[in-house]
Amino acid sequence: MTHELIGISVLWLFLFGYVVVASIDFGAGVFNAYSLLTGRKHILTNIIQRYLSPVWEVTNVFLVFFFVGMVGFFPKTAFYYGTILLVPASIAIILIAIRGSYYAFETYGSRGHKGYTFMYGLSGLFIPASLSIVLTISEGGFVSIVDNQPVLDYWALFTSPLTWSIVVLSLAAVLYISAVFLTWYANKAQDQKATDLLRKYALIWAAPLMISAAGIIVELREHNAEHYARMLNMWWLFGLSFVLFLGTVWLIWRRQKYGLAFGLLAGQFTLAFFAYGISHYPYLLYPYLTLYDSFTNEAMAVALIIAFIAGLCLLIPSLWLLLRLFLFDKDYVRGKS
Amino acid sequence: MGNEDAVFYSRVLTELTLSFHIIYATIGVGVPLMIMIAQWIGIKKNDEHYILLARRWARGFVITVAVGVVTGTALGLQLSLLWPNFMELAGNVIALPLFMETFAFFFEAIFLGIYLYTWDRFENQKKHMLLLIPVAAGASFSAVFITIVNAFMNAPQGFDLVDGQIININPLIAMFNPAMPTKVAHVVVTAYMTSAFILAAIAAFRLLKGSNHIYHKKALYLTMKLGLIFSIATAVIGDFSGKYLAEYQPEKLAAAEWHLETEEGAPLYLFGVLKDGKVKYAIKIPFALSILAHSNLHAEVTGLNQFPADEIPPLYIHYLFDIMVSIGMWMTVLSAVYVFGKWKGWAFVKANWYRGFIVAGGPLTVIAMEAGWWFAEVGRQPWILRGIMRTSEAATTSGQVNLMLVLFAGLYLILGIGSIVVLTRMFRRNPVEKELEDRHAEIGGDLV
Ligand code: HDD
Ligand code: HEM
Ligand code: HEM
Repeated sequence: MTHELIGISVLWLFLFGYVVVASIDFGAGVFNAYSLLTGRKHILTNIIQRYLSPVWEVTNVFLVFFFVGMVGFFPKTAFYYGTILLVPASIAIILIAIRGSYYAFETYGSRGHKGYTFMYGLSGLFIPASLSIVLTISEGGFVSIVDNQPVLDYWALFTSPLTWSIVVLSLAAVLYISAVFLTWYANKAQDQKATDLLRKYALIWAAPLMISAAGIIVELREHNAEHYARMLNMWWLFGLSFVLFLGTVWLIWRRQKYGLAFGLLAGQFTLAFFAYGISHYPYLLYPYLTLYDSFTNEAMAVALIIAFIAGLCLLIPSLWLLLRLFLFDKDYVRGKS
Repeated sequence: MGNEDAVFYSRVLTELTLSFHIIYATIGVGVPLMIMIAQWIGIKKNDEHYILLARRWARGFVITVAVGVVTGTALGLQLSLLWPNFMELAGNVIALPLFMETFAFFFEAIFLGIYLYTWDRFENQKKHMLLLIPVAAGASFSAVFITIVNAFMNAPQGFDLVDGQIININPLIAMFNPAMPTKVAHVVVTAYMTSAFILAAIAAFRLLKGSNHIYHKKALYLTMKLGLIFSIATAVIGDFSGKYLAEYQPEKLAAAEWHLETEEGAPLYLFGVLKDGKVKYAIKIPFALSILAHSNLHAEVTGLNQFPADEIPPLYIHYLFDIMVSIGMWMTVLSAVYVFGKWKGWAFVKANWYRGFIVAGGPLTVIAMEAGWWFAEVGRQPWILRGIMRTSEAATTSGQVNLMLVLFAGLYLILGIGSIVVLTRMFRRNPVEKELEDRHAEIGGDLV
């Protein structure tokens, strides 16, 4: 494997980690707000707080890791994406900042504001929407080079059906992933009411997920034929992913083995996410920037890879400890300690 | 918006974000160490007060960490958004410590989560305390790594620039640049110092407000002792920083000291004004600059006359330097007198006016830290990478920076006010006296 491939694989893996962990977080906020609106707050609040409290900071680091690593492995992306993304990324940062800090203020400080719960839920929809724009931009067609500087065409971006399909997909994915995970968690906590409610949400969001995913593939045929062709070549990966999706829905429907259902979901998203990533290869920003012409020098690449391996040796045991204490500890999950 | 505007607003936004982040970051680096020390003493002496101290500090700490994390995330992204040309170059040479920093964050974040939710989960309190080691280490290492990046901006090395192409890159040499040892040491130690004095100010404030509880007295004595140790270390390492400047960035030192002409046996000027090329109304300490720069009464110190006019930093950094050093000296004396006075049983260190000084010491130290950063960063101008890339060449060409500036200013306002309100409310609702009673009721009152 070339260093370029190692680099992008590592980053893609961490981005995937962020997508999954953050989706659970964002979705939970939305469900919480929704249940407050419909007067069922107490059913979900406990479950959601038990899971989220210890891990929110860790979620954030996944994102930081991704963008710092990106600039490290592919410095030219700082120039291209840094110039283009000033406005969308700033908005995303501000939302993330308000969300993160107010979460802490509310959880550890004072409790109560209803308005806050709604804002918190809404931000869980806006953040994935604004972040997913980056993926859309990377497909090309919205950026032109003027005087050696990349310029983003906002009008084209916001009137493109591709943009909106990706936004819808990101929202559906957030809600679906979150609902499936929390169903499992609530079930472990032996909270029957919460399990039933979350199970219902999971089933509701399964269909929009598939419809928007299919929609994107259709849009891409028009928008970026090269990418579309590469995706067709990997139809079997997407197919496999779809089979896993059916498995999850089946298990949830039958109220069986929620843990396994979440496992299948993880498999489904891993396959789809990586199949999408591989078909995107070799472009980081179509058609201006590829993995190869944006890559850092050999010396830095080797240093980063060594640092990464050393870092993982620290990280994996710590993450395992965190999960063991909060996710797999029966007493904690049930609220006994 | 023209490109000059883009540079200008990018600067203002960077300054704003950094100045805001650094307050929370400094607390984030120093306070875990203080919590650890308090908890350790509590376990060793079997003294419930110190344990409670650790608990309460930890609770407040969560709030400051949250703001530190979100503003840091903003900062990390902003570096690429506002300075894309700089980051493209820097990414090639100095990405390694930046990348390592994220692992330090990971480590800190994971163990902080565990620490906060496991207060009563371990039979053995010591085990719980051990969880703080990775938190404190992670926080300090993130400061170390990011400061290495900043040191590199001051003394870039580890690559060759040939026809605008960077070649022969060596990431380790870039990391271990000449600015790194003093800069890293000074930043980390001042973070401990600042945190100690902030915590001391809180304890003194409670005592001033009429509480006479032994809890606050213990807290005050402990934090003042720590503050003394770290302020002495700060002054010593600050002196080394001056020597580093004399050797590698003489223009920064000369501008900070208003040292206009190269001369031997140079005096040090404190404050004053600069009029028609002469320093007036300043406190003059003979030979002191030669000592600061070279540890030698008669050594020659390079003056501003040796540099081209467009490479001299703004001269107002003189005041920033003076503010930093004066506050540093003042806090050393204040804490030394306090600790010595407690030992000797002097009454005046318990007087309200003395406690008033200690309360003021918290914000003052924060001002010293801000002044130090402004001095170091403005003193590097016009360069973003000293000698290699000018700040004006590094900025984005995007036309919307001014709008982003407004948005972020609003964000920091909300976060600043929010964190203060939440912190005061948190502690006011749950005073020490009440919490101690509650804990006694729980444990059965056989402790203390
Ligand atoms: C609590 C804060 C604080 C205090 C009391 C002091 N400093 Fe400081 N100083 C800093 C906080 C700071 C800082 C914020 O940490 C800086 C800014 C950038 C850096 O590297 O450290 C700094 C930079 C800095 C520099 C510039 C280094 C560079 O640009 O590379 C010098 C020469 C000194 N300091 C010297 C001193 C001396 C002689 C002090 C005497 C007591 C002193 N400082 C007290
Ligand atoms: C956290 C403490 C820091 C503070 C308070 C701080 C403050 C400042 C200030 C006041 C300037 C403006 C100088 C001027 O425009 O005249 C500046 C410049 C700059 N600093 Fe720092 N700095 C800090 C640390 C860092 C670090 C660690 C980095 C890099 C990793 C960095 C990157 C920059 C950049 C890119 C500029 C150029 C932009 C500009 O001139 O405003 N700073 N900083
Ligand atoms: C340009 C300069 C800087 C950048 C880009 C930066 C970046 C960041 C980022 C991305 C985070 C959030 C990490 C997370 O998600 O947990 C953060 C937090 C933090 N930063 Fe900064 N930082 C800078 C300057 C500094 C400096 C100079 C210090 C120390 C003196 C510092 C110390 C910390 C600490 C300790 C945290 C953890 C949060 C806390 O405990 O409060 N940072 N920073």
